[in-house]
Amino acid sequence: MPPSSSPSPSPSPSVRLIVNGTPRDVTAAPDTPLLYVLRDDLGLAGPKFGCGLGQCGACIVHIDGTAVRSCRTPLSAAARGPITTIEGLGTADKPHPVQQAFIEEQAAQCAYCISGMIMSTAALIARTKRPTRQQIRAALNGNLCRCGAHMRIMRAVERAAELSVAQTNRNGAGGDNV
Amino acid sequence: MCSALSRREFLKSSGVLVVGFSFGGSRLLQASTAAGVAPVTPPAAQLDSWLAISADGSITVYCGKVELGTGVSTALRQIVAEELDAPFQRITWVQGDSDRTVDQGPTVGSQSVKRGGAQLRQAAAEARAALLELASAKLGVPVTSLVVADAAISVQASPSRRATFAELIGGKRFERAVTGKAQTKAPSEYTVVGKPIRRVELPSKMTGRHTYMHDVHVDGMLHARVVRPASIGARLLSVDDSGLRDITDARVVRKGDFLAVVAPREWDAIRAAQALKPAWSESAPLPATDALHDTLMSIPATDRVVTDAAEVPAAIARAHKTVKARYRWPFQMHASIGPSCGVADVKSNAATIWSSTQGAHTLKGAISQLLGMPSDAVHVIWTEGSGCYGHNGSDDAAADAALVSQLVGRPVRVQWMRADEHGWEPKGAAMVMDVSAGLGENGRIVGWDYAVWTPTHSSRPNAQSAANFVAAQLAGATPSARGSLGGERNARHTYAIPNTRVVAHLLQSAPLRTSSLRGLGSPQNSFANESFMDELALAAGVDPVEFRLRHLTEPRAISVVKAAARLANWEPRVSHSRAQSPASGVTSGRGFAFVQYEGTEALVAAVVDVEVDNARHTVQVRRVRVAHDCGLIVNPDGLRNQIEGNVIQSISRTLKEAVAFDRSRVTSLDWRSYPILTFAEVPESIEVELIDHPELPSVGAGEASSSPIPGAVANAIYDATGVRLRDVPLRLGATG
Repeated sequence: MPPSSSPSPSPSPSVRLIVNGTPRDVTAAPDTPLLYVLRDDLGLAGPKFGCGLGQCGACIVHIDGTAVRSCRTPLSAAARGPITTIEGLGTADKPHPVQQAFIEEQAAQCAYCISGMIMSTAALIARTKRPTRQQIRAALNGNLCRCGAHMRIMRAVERAAELSVAQTNRNGAGGDNV
Repeated sequence: MCSALSRREFLKSSGVLVVGFSFGGSRLLQASTAAGVAPVTPPAAQLDSWLAISADGSITVYCGKVELGTGVSTALRQIVAEELDAPFQRITWVQGDSDRTVDQGPTVGSQSVKRGGAQLRQAAAEARAALLELASAKLGVPVTSLVVADAAISVQASPSRRATFAELIGGKRFERAVTGKAQTKAPSEYTVVGKPIRRVELPSKMTGRHTYMHDVHVDGMLHARVVRPASIGARLLSVDDSGLRDITDARVVRKGDFLAVVAPREWDAIRAAQALKPAWSESAPLPATDALHDTLMSIPATDRVVTDAAEVPAAIARAHKTVKARYRWPFQMHASIGPSCGVADVKSNAATIWSSTQGAHTLKGAISQLLGMPSDAVHVIWTEGSGCYGHNGSDDAAADAALVSQLVGRPVRVQWMRADEHGWEPKGAAMVMDVSAGLGENGRIVGWDYAVWTPTHSSRPNAQSAANFVAAQLAGATPSARGSLGGERNARHTYAIPNTRVVAHLLQSAPLRTSSLRGLGSPQNSFANESFMDELALAAGVDPVEFRLRHLTEPRAISVVKAAARLANWEPRVSHSRAQSPASGVTSGRGFAFVQYEGTEALVAAVVDVEVDNARHTVQVRRVRVAHDCGLIVNPDGLRNQIEGNVIQSISRTLKEAVAFDRSRVTSLDWRSYPILTFAEVPESIEVELIDHPELPSVGAGEASSSPIPGAVANAIYDATGVRLRDVPLRLGATG
């Protein structure tokens, strides 16, 4: 079939995002979900496509410290605050306490869901220093895992809370991990 | 770079060049394909196919088995490090590349450590033997006077006289056969195997830097989305693409009933797929949902007698008591969290395919058939996907990408949407299991008659034919008739019961396309066998654990059953002796099950504790204990992780999962219409007791612990309620 003829669709505007602390200008249609902007335009492949329906949590990132599903967040609504992806938390050499806890607990199998799990966890312990099992289950209930790493993930969240509290104590009060 | 790698790289670079580069903090892949020397799959009989030692001392292993998220690439690396006496950290792992790794067969059937590991152990032992010979010549002492440690060989009596592996062979080829006769270590000498070494790839996964299949990017590639028929078997009548006019450079790709859209930007491809208006013919090939199992039993079948004893009917007829039951299992999904993805760069005379396939070498052949190219013109590069648990959509997405790339003449990335995966992945088989048995006056089973109706559990790609791809079928190919596989797995119980007959009715077709899902027919058959063991125990008035022990003779089986019972502080009961079953309120129950996977692999016993809300008809699994014996344990933490995963996935399948469909199509198209177990629903604890047998070979453990869970859950629900549920997903109040 021939390509459909579309000589000049309206040009997309440029939007400035703050991603992992760095200003990034992107040119994309305003209705483009943030997930595709991060993955395709900014080379941040940590957030994952799982459903595009806001049902599984694999795409979760933070905007202004709040966990949001980037597959359901249009670019036009994404510039409201600084964006943090899993890449912005830490690296293998310098992991964020949540990442460190997940590594120590070996809390994954395939780990396709884990980027979202870690972002949900970071948001949880930023507001609840010592979450109970019940609070952990509630906070992660919108994050699906098919491999069945749930027991380890719950342990990792508890360890992440401990590591974060320890880090905050070391750094003095008011340390912000996210 | 050493010459061994150079030669390998020469072969490779003449076909395809893959360069990793950094882009905005993420690693993407760039490929350029050039016509050149036909690549060859490295022959298994040559040591250089498996392993190379470079001049800087790094060791590269070329492994045909791939990481599916189970940690197997860590366990296999332990086996090589152990047998080679080289530091674990110094080993680089190349997996699942059709032109660079040995064809060890697809990564399936819990065979990666058992068989793949055995091959790697032999290759490493052969390399160590070769290095010892080289050291003997260089240091001027007999091999028997040498010791190997830390990738170096020294004279036992004079440790300063030594040579590193790099000094002995760095950059050079071994030029030696894998004889299969190299001396391997005694398990008592193991220092790496048996240790809970952390998974190699988890730090990159936990920090968002791991490159999954979904993250592969090829320069100049277009994003594609497939547009599947409205009903199964529907034909494409016409396509209205007027909605694509306003989408930049979007275009339609069609071959027969195969339909896709491409666009330079991913969101544009998604919008184009939504804007396209295809007209499909009507088709209604599926049975009514409530007629599914009757339909299965009416489909023409080939009968396979798994085991037979002439006296079975007579023995049951003579019995003191007879019991019979029918169990049913629905279609289920792999339900990978990441929908399948494939990338293809198809040129006129060569093709490169990136896929999260379980079998790169088989896929190479099947794609070459799809594209009409010689097999050697196709290079498949495995890249880790979302956990697959069997044959999910990965191979089909690769075929979609290959076909679209060939049709548009550009590199193409096909990402299935959630509804594509749920709707079109091959399904786990629905099955019917009938059992009848007789009990003697002594409470022993005197005869056992079992029949199962099962579709095939394998419709994987075939290296000689493309016909198993959805893309090929939509483009006009007829699915090839293939033997039925997997439905008889664990159809035979794992007990010493006289007069056992097992017949598998292997259906020649099925309403939905079926293929391997974790355990194949084993969870279904084990659900029937282990539920029925409890039904018999009740009829015999005997505690279910005691009843199983009476019918076991194999010491390892007895040990596993006793270990699980001990772990749970099992209190003997004649299930439902407590006669609680209140009409409302919450009751708790406990169930037991035991399976030896495939009759020859890991032995697993499970105790499941449930809580039942009798008013709401809800079941929650509170606690699970597992005793597990798979022979030699390579990585105990990896094994525990795998067992925990099997338990949770199996609870999900047992309590929640059934593929919904109407007369035309699958209607479970998202996570609301196909829910899986959530954090709110997982148990409070899963306790695992590993029974290690270093003196015995490792047997398959990847799937085994899935199999006892469904029966144990059903038995626990019976214990809690007095209601025997025989239809999965187990639902109280389902039949009033």
